[in-house]
Amino acid sequence: MQYFPFVVVAWILAVGLYGIVTSRHLVHQIICLIVVQSSTYVLLLGVGYVTGAVAPYYFDVKVHTPAVDPVVQALALTDVVVEAAVTALLCSFAIQAHKRFGTLDPQELASLKG
Amino acid sequence: MKPAQRRWIFLIGAAGLVAFFLWGLFGLPGFGRYPGPYGFIINSIALRQTYATGTVSAVNFGYRGFDTVGEEFILFAAAAGVSTVLRRLRGERERSAVDEAADRDVPPTSGAVRMMALILTGPIVVFGWWLASHAQASPSGGFQGGVILATAFILVYLAGEFLVFKRFSPVGLTDAVEAVGAGGFAAIGVAAVGMGLAYLTNFLPKGQFAGAVSSAGTIPLISFFVGLEVAAAFILIVAELLEQTLLIRRGDG
Repeated sequence: MQYFPFVVVAWILAVGLYGIVTSRHLVHQIICLIVVQSSTYVLLLGVGYVTGAVAPYYFDVKVHTPAVDPVVQALALTDVVVEAAVTALLCSFAIQAHKRFGTLDPQELASLKG
Repeated sequence: MKPAQRRWIFLIGAAGLVAFFLWGLFGLPGFGRYPGPYGFIINSIALRQTYATGTVSAVNFGYRGFDTVGEEFILFAAAAGVSTVLRRLRGERERSAVDEAADRDVPPTSGAVRMMALILTGPIVVFGWWLASHAQASPSGGFQGGVILATAFILVYLAGEFLVFKRFSPVGLTDAVEAVGAGGFAAIGVAAVGMGLAYLTNFLPKGQFAGAVSSAGTIPLISFFVGLEVAAAFILIVAELLEQTLLIRRGDG
């Protein structure tokens, strides 16, 4: 059980990558990228966890209660924001690609020149 | 390349990746055995140094503030990128704002949706502001609060029309708010430099009660500016996407 969260990380990463490679639709591919990125949240929070510790918010907790690492939590927050920004940008690229080529299939897009 | 071929090449590569990945992950200290030291150091000094009970915010807007400036500008650049990519292209025209087919009515929004939007808009604005202004005390902050504030405007769109949404959030104003949010954060950092301190040093008085709204110096101020920037950026992104689907048509106008 000690490594279970890390196995979950590898699984989410692999599933997302498989989706990206086999996808036949750009929007589907973008969602798969979000799945890949979700693995980093699990990794970050898993790395910082301390058994039996509370969240790092010192309100109504006893002095000297152990708390989990706040640095990785802040990193996870950064991760979420960047993901939202990247997703918005990719979606707008998908819209323009569809307008230009009339398809969102990556295979067909690759065979088109333009 | 055929899809089947591609899948096989991927599977071989992925097997290698997962193997190395798991090998690396098993080298980590086990789950729940965080070795430190950074988290423990921050946890033991943050409350005394910053008077912020929310240590994650203290890290985000204080200790790691410089990274958060970069993060905020990633969002800023993405909003600018979406506006640039979704501009009106050659051979497209913007549909006029007035109804083109007056004889055919748009199906009205259902009463249930409008009622819920009416009930929710006010509380969501309050909740968003509360989150954006309580970064130092609770698991909240400008990023979370800003996104929730932006949803209030999207509710206006859901209940009414795109034109109402545009009237509530004119592009010029939203742009200005976004710029103020992004610039305010950077300016707080520069103000510290002006006082001879390091960039983004927490130079304001820390208040008397840890976790109070008035405590923690620059942390709530930065969180406020981040809230403005994030709310404006998301409203802009949503407005661009809506404009693209609702107003822009093929053909020269």
